[in-house]
Amino acid sequence: MPDLLLLSIASPLLAALLLLVPAPLASRKVIAGLGFALPAFIALYLWSQFSSATLAHGYAFGTQYDTGLKDALGISLHLGLNGISLPLFLLAGLVGLAAGLYALQSKAERPALYLGLLLVMQAGLMGVFASIDVFFFYFFHELALIPTFIMVGIWGGRDRSYAAMKLTIYLTIGAMISLLGLIALYHQSGAENFDLIALRQVVADGALSGSNQNVIFGLLLVGFGILVSLFPFHTWAPLGYGAAPSSAAMLHAGVLKKFGLYGLIQIAAPLLPSGVAHWAWWLGLLAVGGNILYIGFVTIAQRDLKQMIGYSSVMHMGYAFLGIAAYNVVGIGGVVLMMVAHGFSVALLFLLSTSIYHRTQTFDMDDMGGLAQKTPVLAAFFVTATLASIGLPGLANFWGELAIFVGAWSYSTVYTTLAVSGVIISAIYGLRSVSKVFFGDVTPALAKVIGEKPPADLSWGEKVPALLLLSALLVLGFWPKAISGPVNTAVSALYGK
Amino acid sequence: MTPELLQNLSADNFWPAIAPEVMLGVLALLLLVAEIVLPKKRHDVIPLISLSGLLGVFLGILLNFKPVGLGETTFNGLLRHSEGSQFLRAFFVLSALLVTILGIIALKKQKMPKTEFFSIVLVITAALMLLGQAHNFILLFVALETVTVGFYILVSYTRTNPLSLEAGLKYLILGALSSALLLFGIVLLYGVAGNPSALGATANPMDFDALRVFLAHNPDNFLASVGIVLVLSGIAFKIGAVPFQIWVPDVYQGAPTPVTAFLAVASKAAGFALLLILAGVFSSYSHLVISVLSIMAAATIVFGNFAALTQHNVKRLIGLSGVSHAGYLMLGVIAALTPGGGSQAVGAVFFYLFAYLLASFTVFGVMTHLAGPNDSDQELDHYQDLAKTHPFLAGVLAVGLGSLAGIPPLAGFMGKLFIFVAAFKAGLYGLLAVAVVGVVVSIYYYFGWIKAAFFPHWRPPLPTGSVADSRPVRSAVSLPFGLLLGSLAVASIILGFYQGQLGAWLLGR
Repeated sequence: MPDLLLLSIASPLLAALLLLVPAPLASRKVIAGLGFALPAFIALYLWSQFSSATLAHGYAFGTQYDTGLKDALGISLHLGLNGISLPLFLLAGLVGLAAGLYALQSKAERPALYLGLLLVMQAGLMGVFASIDVFFFYFFHELALIPTFIMVGIWGGRDRSYAAMKLTIYLTIGAMISLLGLIALYHQSGAENFDLIALRQVVADGALSGSNQNVIFGLLLVGFGILVSLFPFHTWAPLGYGAAPSSAAMLHAGVLKKFGLYGLIQIAAPLLPSGVAHWAWWLGLLAVGGNILYIGFVTIAQRDLKQMIGYSSVMHMGYAFLGIAAYNVVGIGGVVLMMVAHGFSVALLFLLSTSIYHRTQTFDMDDMGGLAQKTPVLAAFFVTATLASIGLPGLANFWGELAIFVGAWSYSTVYTTLAVSGVIISAIYGLRSVSKVFFGDVTPALAKVIGEKPPADLSWGEKVPALLLLSALLVLGFWPKAISGPVNTAVSALYGK
Repeated sequence: MTPELLQNLSADNFWPAIAPEVMLGVLALLLLVAEIVLPKKRHDVIPLISLSGLLGVFLGILLNFKPVGLGETTFNGLLRHSEGSQFLRAFFVLSALLVTILGIIALKKQKMPKTEFFSIVLVITAALMLLGQAHNFILLFVALETVTVGFYILVSYTRTNPLSLEAGLKYLILGALSSALLLFGIVLLYGVAGNPSALGATANPMDFDALRVFLAHNPDNFLASVGIVLVLSGIAFKIGAVPFQIWVPDVYQGAPTPVTAFLAVASKAAGFALLLILAGVFSSYSHLVISVLSIMAAATIVFGNFAALTQHNVKRLIGLSGVSHAGYLMLGVIAALTPGGGSQAVGAVFFYLFAYLLASFTVFGVMTHLAGPNDSDQELDHYQDLAKTHPFLAGVLAVGLGSLAGIPPLAGFMGKLFIFVAAFKAGLYGLLAVAVVGVVVSIYYYFGWIKAAFFPHWRPPLPTGSVADSRPVRSAVSLPFGLLLGSLAVASIILGFYQGQLGAWLLGR
């Protein structure tokens, strides 16, 4: 059933269109819920079918639709999944469902617009990871990006107007630079085709000279790097996530941000090996010195819970960049695992931090404390999510980080040692936030808020999406093979030379 | 009339070839007659007559897209008909159609004679269509002057508004200057090519084919180079390219909004049509043309975007942003001149123009609807909370602005992509870098506008004693106009996802 991929993109869009029809809110919510659920189920179903599917050029479920530019420019809507895109497609489906469920229970103003924008975002995310065509990969990313601007601006928190503008301008710079890089790849390779399979075949014949590779990979690295908050282009991320409404932050930090990494792993790095080698030293330096160590210390200094999670997600991107710099099967495979795991864990943390906010009316961790007595379930979820993000064995993130460290060891022992010590930094800010929010004494400020409105524990509307994300973390933690098999096959095919 | 003249008229002139233009001219006269004949209370019908005529001509062009004589010259070489010129014909008629609709809405808010407006729009359209097929400098100049004189009237149409009069005056003076430059350039070329002692001299130097042959024989003629630069300067004025953009903000602000739209879309497109035609004529001087256009394009993109950043009046903002669009389009024209770019770049320019038409009329439509009695006074502040009071208008506006900004999945993005790909193939890396910076800068003001319409605003309470605020009253959109705006927006979206036949035809050539 190859059209399922198209359906996974079209169904949220269709649901968003239907939301325009004036109808009672309850029925609109049902439509939105279906729009969120269908892609998730399609993703799960395709994941279960992947091992038995027939592969063409490494891709399963391939379908191709001509939008009028196939002959003229070599652009066509070519959909399919390989071992690298499959886990991310699954991530997009599940996090989208969780973010959607969380949005359905939230009491946002103008709920139909809120849900509609989230659905557009979801459609874009499914499209990003289902596209084999590089053009549509970019196209769907932008489709998912635009709603973020409006969502931050309308429903955002502090500094929302400034944050929305900054986020959009930064991400547009990144997107434009990477677009130039992709056009360069399209033209300089001589392929005149945006289809990734065709590009791979052309480049395999040695169509790109070393200096071309260096320039193109440089463009893509900076472009995608801005989108993934590579140091020093990261300043939009904590600010934007701090201001974004919870579901938008979940989808953006959890899934959309992986677009840049995915682009580097799936497209840029395998096509431009000598380009990677040329930039590897800089990439490693920025990843370890900038993202992991510098941002790590910055994260420790945060008092705002949401900003802290935002910074921690910037920091974790450092591990991914280190894995790419290492450029071997274990390292890259580790990056894919980490992207998936980090997507689930950071989405869960953003979800829970908003739930905390609804109970404390503040994001300032110095004004919280002792919440565990009042809301034990929330505390348990938060502690587990934090441990996952630190990289505790038994939770998904552990495997990704472990593989990255193993892969990076042969690349640079110094960088790897420094990166491993970054785990301690994660532990410091992670555990500190847990202790500040949930343990210790209730601060006077919080006591006042609690006195006015005693905090209830997680409601079912919050529990279901949180459970969904948490179970994904646990399943992958205990059974990484669920995705590592296809990942290994695909990564070996691309990087195994 | 002597018998010979009649004979000539019938022998060399293939009248069916310009049937659409003739029809529009007749229609323009019909409207004037209708004003005299019809009783005053039935005058509402006049714009509808104009609309149905335009619609008929539009459908006629589409149905008979490849008429007899395509690819050939008619009227003793005055006109040359090609697929490109057919596209432009449809383009100009479509813009006239939309301008007429906007005119109906805008003129309702004014106490002005109405019929002349629609009649002049038709005359300008016919002249624009001829411009797209020009094959001779005489015809080019006459058609261009017809367009410009028509615009002198339209720009100062709301004669009770001093800003409109000022705009008309500015357009008149600077327009005269640009016509003088153009004419001077034409005369120089005429003189050089007509010089009997020159190699490859021609008896008919106004003819583009003859001129091209002459220029090919004399690749380094100084006077010809000066002439070419002057001709390009005259056209750059129509496009609004730097350094001939001075008139843009004031004229765009002062002119009635439908006229601003007509200037922004049709007049600019005509400039690019001429650039593309003349680029072929000047092909042996393409190094000169490319270097002149490259400097202009870079300056235009930078100036347009940075100047638009600080605007609070939306008409000035869209005028200056239109300047930057001219820059991107020039990038496409330059790519078309270089061997790597070729015909695909021409297709990219046409696609960009079409996407620009859709997006511009979406935005101008919303502007026309929201404008108060003072048409020049349209501030960004007036759009505050539009998404709350009129979600439909706000949504349509966001689509239009997003497409202008070049955001996927909208048609404007595809236009930019095609231009960028063509420019990349032509190796214009420096200009591409400038263009990318321009796009990023433009995000700030386009999204600033969306921000004004969508983001919740805190509004200071009115000081005691003051009458209600000065912002124009918002009324609901009528159903037909709503449908029009909606379909323009939907067209932008669909063309972003699916280019189909249009994309294959324009870019596959």
